[in-house]
Amino acid sequence: MIVALAIFLITIGSIVFHFWSPWWWTEVASNWGNMDDTILLTFWITGAVFVAICFFVAYCVWKYSYKKERRAEYKPEDKKLESRLTWATAIGVAALLAPGLVVWNQYVTVPKDAYKVEVFAYQWGWKYRLPGEDGKLGKTDIRYINDENPFGLILEDPNGKDDLLVDAQELHVLKDRPVKFELRTIDVLHNFYVPQFRGKMDMVPGIITYYWLTPTRVGDFEVLCAEYCGSGHYAMRGRVIVDEEKDYKTWEAKQITFEKMLAKNMKNDNLRLVKKDK
Amino acid sequence: MSDEYEHKLEAKSDYVADTSSVSTPDIDSVPDAELPDQELYHSHSWWTTYVFSQDAKYIGIQYALTAIGTGLLGLVLSWLMRIQLAFPGLGWLDPASYYQFVTMHGMIMVVYLLTALFLGGFGNLLIPLMCGARDMAFPYVNMLSYWAFVVAVLVLLASFFVPGGPTGAGWTLYPPQAITAGTPGSDMGIILMLISLILFVAGFTMGGLNYIVTVLQLRARGMTLMRLPLTIWGIFTATVLAMFAFPALLVGCLMMTLDSLIGTSFFMPAMVSLGEKLTYEGGSPILFQHLFWFFGHPEVYIVALPAFGIVSDLLSVHSRKTIFGYRMMVWAIVGIGALSFFVWAHHMYVSGMNPWFGFFFATTTLIIAVPTAIKVYNWILTLWRGNIVLSLPMLFSLGFIVTFLNGGLTGLFLGNVTVDVPLSDTYFVVAHFHMVMGIAPILVVFGAIYHWYPLITGRMMNEALGKVHFWITFIGSYAIYFPMHYQGFVGVPRRYFEIYDSPYIDTSTLLLNKFITIAVLIVGAAQLLFLYNLFASARLGKKAEKNPWKANSLEWQTPQMPAEHGNWGKELPKVYRWPYDFSVPGAKEDYIPQNQPPSEIIGAKVEKT
Repeated sequence: MIVALAIFLITIGSIVFHFWSPWWWTEVASNWGNMDDTILLTFWITGAVFVAICFFVAYCVWKYSYKKERRAEYKPEDKKLESRLTWATAIGVAALLAPGLVVWNQYVTVPKDAYKVEVFAYQWGWKYRLPGEDGKLGKTDIRYINDENPFGLILEDPNGKDDLLVDAQELHVLKDRPVKFELRTIDVLHNFYVPQFRGKMDMVPGIITYYWLTPTRVGDFEVLCAEYCGSGHYAMRGRVIVDEEKDYKTWEAKQITFEKMLAKNMKNDNLRLVKKDK
Repeated sequence: MSDEYEHKLEAKSDYVADTSSVSTPDIDSVPDAELPDQELYHSHSWWTTYVFSQDAKYIGIQYALTAIGTGLLGLVLSWLMRIQLAFPGLGWLDPASYYQFVTMHGMIMVVYLLTALFLGGFGNLLIPLMCGARDMAFPYVNMLSYWAFVVAVLVLLASFFVPGGPTGAGWTLYPPQAITAGTPGSDMGIILMLISLILFVAGFTMGGLNYIVTVLQLRARGMTLMRLPLTIWGIFTATVLAMFAFPALLVGCLMMTLDSLIGTSFFMPAMVSLGEKLTYEGGSPILFQHLFWFFGHPEVYIVALPAFGIVSDLLSVHSRKTIFGYRMMVWAIVGIGALSFFVWAHHMYVSGMNPWFGFFFATTTLIIAVPTAIKVYNWILTLWRGNIVLSLPMLFSLGFIVTFLNGGLTGLFLGNVTVDVPLSDTYFVVAHFHMVMGIAPILVVFGAIYHWYPLITGRMMNEALGKVHFWITFIGSYAIYFPMHYQGFVGVPRRYFEIYDSPYIDTSTLLLNKFITIAVLIVGAAQLLFLYNLFASARLGKKAEKNPWKANSLEWQTPQMPAEHGNWGKELPKVYRWPYDFSVPGAKEDYIPQNQPPSEIIGAKVEKT
């Protein structure tokens, strides 16, 4: 009796907690609201199964608890019932999977009009690079990284000259314009994660990974690293600010191109001294 | 060997009487043995009996105690981590030790506790007894297996005492960070971890070969594969999985050891670590992740399948009912085992591998939900119209159903590639895998220990203490992990030493951390009750009658309980039926042991043998 009641109450408690606890996802700020929808769909289907099975167990424990004079039913198999349950499960699973795959297809297919932003991760912080006027990001190579060229741009690549380098832990992106984040790390694995954007992808040294999204509301959001990257992992935070076009242009105008940065760094004797000492 | 037990019970019940001495009716005939009876090693000294034992029962107990001892360390580490998360102001830990404890907790619990306990512990104890064998096929190798495990544990523990401390790379040990300077324990600590894992795999392979050969070759006469208890099916299939999965871990460990010690670049691309250019070039960090998860996902089932098998037996025995759909259960175990090799990259949806793999792995992952669901249905249909005895093993089995159901269903979130994107690397994942492969199998472990304790010691564990232990553990761990999923929805990332005042996380979420931590401390402390019960009952427990749960499987039918060396006295048992003939209409008792000949139960309307 107590056991049946306990299982019953745990089930009810889980439902109550689900609907009345204050903990739920943050308001979405990108086009990936449909990820939330797939979560909700999964919630309804799995939640129904959870409640049904727990109630069934509680009922069995209450109804069939041990009595000396009674015998259990003797029924080793029931092929019909087993095959019905199998098919019902298969259909339920397919209903979960299909919408998931549709959304995944959108997630991995970057729209043609998306503009590119390079997210540059290191232990433990973020930098960013924008393509500049030509709309193309210059090629990079880890061996080119040095004090004058902290992003490791390949000097011979003309596409890199006008790239805008953002070394401020803070990125601005345009509202309602699809953006493709090209993810690059120079040391270990990281993951560029903004809870309100929903998207995620690990950054892997040696390759460029990516994902895309369209920010849907103006705001100031925290960036977190979502892939464990050593002692400073928890402190690897940054900011992304979603702007309307005008504010974005103002911010963009303040960023420095690679060419200018290089010229400035070359003149900087302190920097050269430091390098020689090494 | 059974000198330590004061109460050898004589074979009293008629069903254990040796059937060959009376004239055997035709319906009782069982094919002759194809192989002569096994020759056994007999120990001659205290050392060879209790320390370097070659008796599977002893090795099982050694494995179990070593695993539980190591697991206790894992438990204490979890306390320290949770205290840091809930009360960061105390400043007990620095980030380095926090990450070291996270790593060691994870690795200890998954490999050194659960794998060793289910396969090394229960496997050794139950396989020979349940199959009707005298011992494992290769007792000497079996002993080596245990001692290799001991050395692996010692090497692991030694890493706490080397300069830099144990590795803090996370239990997944992802390179490059596992062996670069930004991670605690990235020189000595990680090397010891890798060596320990290599030793573990070597030791486990010795044990695993034993389990497989014993199940295939040393079953008693009449014990067909389809008459094996599901416990054996679970352990057997898990062992086969381990034989295929562990080599992937082994080569991963070897390659990383080489990367770290002699500068090869298997997993290491060119990189700038903390401002310094390293000499590595051209390696692939994702290759390691593939190797790791090719081991790591089957590993989930290496832990889960024995739990599935054991809980099936506990549910059947304690609800006095046949397990529902035995054949389906067997095929589900085998099917899950086979499928588990085709789903590994669902741990890597956002790892940076080619995202198009997501379609394949999401599909295979959700397919595996079908046989898993069948198992759940068959468990609850076993309860339906049963005669449910709410003994301790049954309570823990019910707890398992609820927690496994919960954890299994949240697996449908994470396995479905799109749904995984917002949830991966958050506390949702932590809650999911603790529920499904932490709490659920551990509840089975407890149920199994309460169930088979009399088989080992001849005494029962204290029931009242056991009930307190059950309620605190079951309700407490549900209270820990159920709310934790919701932290994941909020987006709290895992493996964060401290969350600070993130703008998107309100203070109530941090309050929830305190609640969870308090529950963790209580649940952890309740395990002391269990430990007390475990050790004290060996002396103080009520003496168990023979076959105290009135079970059918062979381990309870030995002439002596606890079984002596060689298990079966002069004559090996003969098996006439499957182990689930409970409440057969027309039978006198509500159970018919596997070795009870048909001539003794004339009138029982047995449907399946």
